[in-house]
Amino acid sequence: MTAPAKFVGRSVPRLEDRPLLLGQGRFAADISFPGQWHMRVVRSPVAHGKLQGINAAAALTLPGVHAVWTRDNVAHIPPIPFRLTGLVELEPYRQPILANDYVRYVGEPVAVVFAADPYIAEDAAELVELNIETLAPVMHASGDTGPFDAERATEPSIIRKSYGDVDAAFNAAHAIVTLELSIGRHSGVPLETRGAIARYDEARDILEMHGAAKVPWWNRDHIAKMIGRSRTNMHLLEGHVGGGFGIRGEIYPEDVLVCAAALHFKKPVKWIEDRREHLIAANHSRQQQHNIRAAIDAAGHILAIDDKFYHDNGAYMRTHAATVPDLAAAMLPGPYRVPAYRVAGHIRLTNKTPCGTYRAPGRYESSFVRERVLDAIAAKVGIDGVEIRRRNLIAKSAMPYDLHLETLGTHIVYDSGDYALLLDKTLERAGWPALQASLKKRRAAGEMVGAGVAMFVEKSGLGPSDTVRVEIKNDGKVEVVTGVASIGQGVETAMAQIAADALGVDYATINVVHGQTDRIDQGAGAFASRVTVMCGEATRLASVKLRGKVLRLAAELMQTDAAALDIINGEIVRRDNTGPSMTLTELAQARPGDLSAEDTFLSSHMVYPYGVHVAAVKIDSDTGGVAIERYVIGYDIGKAVNPRLVESQIAGGLAQGLGGALLEEFVYDDNGEPLSVTFADYLMPTSREVPQMSILITEDAPSPLNPMGLKGAGEGGANPVGAVIAAAIDDALQRPGTIAELPVTPQRLKSILKKTGLR
Amino acid sequence: MKPAPFVRHVPRTLQQALAMLSQLAGQDGRILAGGQSLVPIMAFRLAKPAHLIDINEIAGLDRLDSDGTALTIGARVRHAAFHGPAVDNPLAALLSYVARHIAHYPIRMRGTFCGSLAHADPASEWCLTAATLGATMIAKSQRGEREIAAADFFEGIMSTALAEDELLAEVRLPLLAADAKFGFNEFSRRAGDFAMASSLVTYRVADGKISEARIGVGGAESSPRRIEEAESALNGQPPGDPAFRAAALAASDAVDPLEDHQTNAEYRRDLVRAVVRRALEHSLT
Ligand SMILES: Cc1cc2nc3c(=O)[nH]c(=O)nc-3n(C[C@H](O)[C@H](O)[C@H](O)COP(=O)(O)OP(=O)(O)OC[C@H]3O[C@@H](n4cnc5c(N)ncnc54)[C@H](O)[C@@H]3O)c2cc1C
Repeated sequence: MTAPAKFVGRSVPRLEDRPLLLGQGRFAADISFPGQWHMRVVRSPVAHGKLQGINAAAALTLPGVHAVWTRDNVAHIPPIPFRLTGLVELEPYRQPILANDYVRYVGEPVAVVFAADPYIAEDAAELVELNIETLAPVMHASGDTGPFDAERATEPSIIRKSYGDVDAAFNAAHAIVTLELSIGRHSGVPLETRGAIARYDEARDILEMHGAAKVPWWNRDHIAKMIGRSRTNMHLLEGHVGGGFGIRGEIYPEDVLVCAAALHFKKPVKWIEDRREHLIAANHSRQQQHNIRAAIDAAGHILAIDDKFYHDNGAYMRTHAATVPDLAAAMLPGPYRVPAYRVAGHIRLTNKTPCGTYRAPGRYESSFVRERVLDAIAAKVGIDGVEIRRRNLIAKSAMPYDLHLETLGTHIVYDSGDYALLLDKTLERAGWPALQASLKKRRAAGEMVGAGVAMFVEKSGLGPSDTVRVEIKNDGKVEVVTGVASIGQGVETAMAQIAADALGVDYATINVVHGQTDRIDQGAGAFASRVTVMCGEATRLASVKLRGKVLRLAAELMQTDAAALDIINGEIVRRDNTGPSMTLTELAQARPGDLSAEDTFLSSHMVYPYGVHVAAVKIDSDTGGVAIERYVIGYDIGKAVNPRLVESQIAGGLAQGLGGALLEEFVYDDNGEPLSVTFADYLMPTSREVPQMSILITEDAPSPLNPMGLKGAGEGGANPVGAVIAAAIDDALQRPGTIAELPVTPQRLKSILKKTGLR
Repeated sequence: MKPAPFVRHVPRTLQQALAMLSQLAGQDGRILAGGQSLVPIMAFRLAKPAHLIDINEIAGLDRLDSDGTALTIGARVRHAAFHGPAVDNPLAALLSYVARHIAHYPIRMRGTFCGSLAHADPASEWCLTAATLGATMIAKSQRGEREIAAADFFEGIMSTALAEDELLAEVRLPLLAADAKFGFNEFSRRAGDFAMASSLVTYRVADGKISEARIGVGGAESSPRRIEEAESALNGQPPGDPAFRAAALAASDAVDPLEDHQTNAEYRRDLVRAVVRRALEHSLT
């Protein structure tokens, strides 16, 4: 039996903030060990070439340089393994930690220099001579397939998914809508760049790596395996993390290199990525081109969707293997009834930075594509963007809704949802009829203004399991040891709120441990909006278990029935308010070591939150600039543990979504030279570009798959931003289907305006 | 992104600085002013000066005063000095309006007016201001002192008439007539970014007609400059939409546009047309 919620559901302040605000944060660069060596990576200056030789002689003569490693020094270390969606046919395309016979993108690690300080290391790196025979690069993912180089093909695999009779539906269609759409190459760019500091303790035979994030346990197991160690004498330790977004915390060459070097040289080895490196070395994402067709009836109901897309994965398959194209393919149908569906996702290699997941991976892309299709159908049938969505939404009565598709090893079944209700609520929040009237009036007066709507289904709470151990220490403090990671999202606060309610203590007295492989043996980490759902329920289970134990042990000491006792604010009291009480501290001291419980939450299905975005924009017809005048988000979270944290997740996601819609793009020239290597060229939205927003969090569809009804919050802010901005621009131009490519840069928009005779 | 090795010298007097410059210029020595352009370039190792002569401790270089005809701006005067009125003349309002468009607040606290001119980024607001208003540059070296007119100063992208051993000690900006009008506009994809095109205009109105028009365009060519064709389209016309549009069109036709991956020639011309018209419209507000 549990006390009524006191903390869950409230926007209590973040426990994480105090050390951060007091300057006590410990980010990767803050970690140092006496005698450490600094590592600098020598990166390929060309996009494609045969690596004929490496001459490190000059670098080695520089005072302060300890060693230089090239492919020969790490020949025994296998390429980086797949963490998710690792199709067998992709294995030959994994990335080696240092280039072998070929270099395949600008920025590929070719050698590493170890030196006394980072300045010398960088001086020496410049002296390492690379003899590379330049080859023609492959820069486009669509078009004919062919050899990527002597050993590889440009198309390692095709993701195919389907259900229903697609051809029959197209044959019977009233009309067919066909679109060609593309999404630009961009990615998560956390404030803190990557970093890895490895240290080998020979006396204890323990190798540790600091600077871990996201998935420390998986990385511990696999880095250990790659360098030939046992997982039991290796630890990954997470400090504060300045943003993850999917890209931070995967195994990259540098993580393996510092570990291998620390072990080999028996010296601490520190590597801190600089910003230029980050923009060419860390995972890129998103770049896809879709050719999509939809069969519809006379009323605009979707009968079938047939999509073929090209996924530009860059030069290697990294830890995510086929995850992004797989998610794009599996989540494309979204909140609509699509009776028949077929998709072929062509994974293509190009001589660019390799790709991985980025906040709402695959969904930012396929939401753009799907919602563009909905808008095109609306135009074809002659109804508005809201009505076309209403006609096609999956009804609440159809829940749970089996999509007959699989992804991430799970069967996709939308667990709960009332999509039409959220659409109504969000439009009401946006003042839709009044907005429409005012936009119409302004358009009549010559302004280019318009609004759009986009909807989506998110996925979250990926299993298969999470284990949590909760312990009341002798000083009465509560410790919750988890197998998740904190990338800044508020894990400590949310877990503390859940544990506090179950135990009957103040959430601020709870210490939540995360990201430490030496504290708990297994952990799935933080990705796929999984933490609050999976770890949250595991925390509740373990806390409830501990509560039972506390009451049982206290009942013995207090000579009463456990059922007669309650825990209120850290004190064990009688429910009838009579007689003596005892504090948790007293009990912990009376039964040292006994006040601990562990439990595991298992889940074989994901849970599916959903949302609606509404945007109104104004186009500057002289310059092609786009200003966002209004932005409203409706999001059903099932149950919000901390509404402000949910809103913050959504707000941050929106900023990133806008980046991909309007600003951010990794541009390459024809030779494969990256042109977006500084913040002057890779344009992240700042506080001046992100509009005021109104966020409506609803709890109309709690998940039936966990007792609290939880769903995840991480990705719904980013998911449909490209789609809704495109719709709003089309509306401002009064020309449906105009926007087919993201990002909508001012030059592109101006050129469209001129081509279409609008200006 | 760690700079290559360098030696930093900190002269206390102008004489010391000029002596060091004359000695070190040939050995890859450079002035360090606000560091807001030079330090990032060094971090990317696009520049590897062996010596930096830091002028931030030199007394007297922080001059910011007017003799009634021109405002003199010393080499240590920061962008932020123009946030408020720097002189009792309409020029003050012009400078503080323009200053707000330079980078971001922290950068304006360090970066210098003269450093911007010496750096000569085509999109620099101060370079545009100097070119439009006809500034005079005072260059000093051990060899002596000389004046360089703005029209002769900018020689191309990040290239000026300053010799290696010369310090841009001061810039003189002519004051504006009491009834002068000014307007400024720039376009960039984000607030605080270097402009993809910018325009500064000044003129006077006599008998309802524009005279003494100056129309400067920045960010569009290798150096900012006055566009004579646009000025002719404006002089003698009443201020207002027809004249402004004609001048904007003349400016966009006259420029030789810079191209980069986010701006082709045609788009750059479109932007020039937009910013010139808007600068002129701004002059009426
Ligand atoms: C993020 C960012 C955004 C920016 N945005 C803008 C913008 O929108 N508009 C803009 O105009 N600028 C912008 N800047 C640049 C900024 O204004 C610089 O301050 C300015 O360009 C150079 O001035 P400085 O005093 O910092 O010069 P420094 O960086 O110290 O020097 C620049 C160059 O000029 C030389 N130099 C400096 N002073 C002298 C002198 N007195 N005599 C001879 N040579 C000299 C130096 O040797 C060096 O080669 C931006 C900078 C950053 C970092």
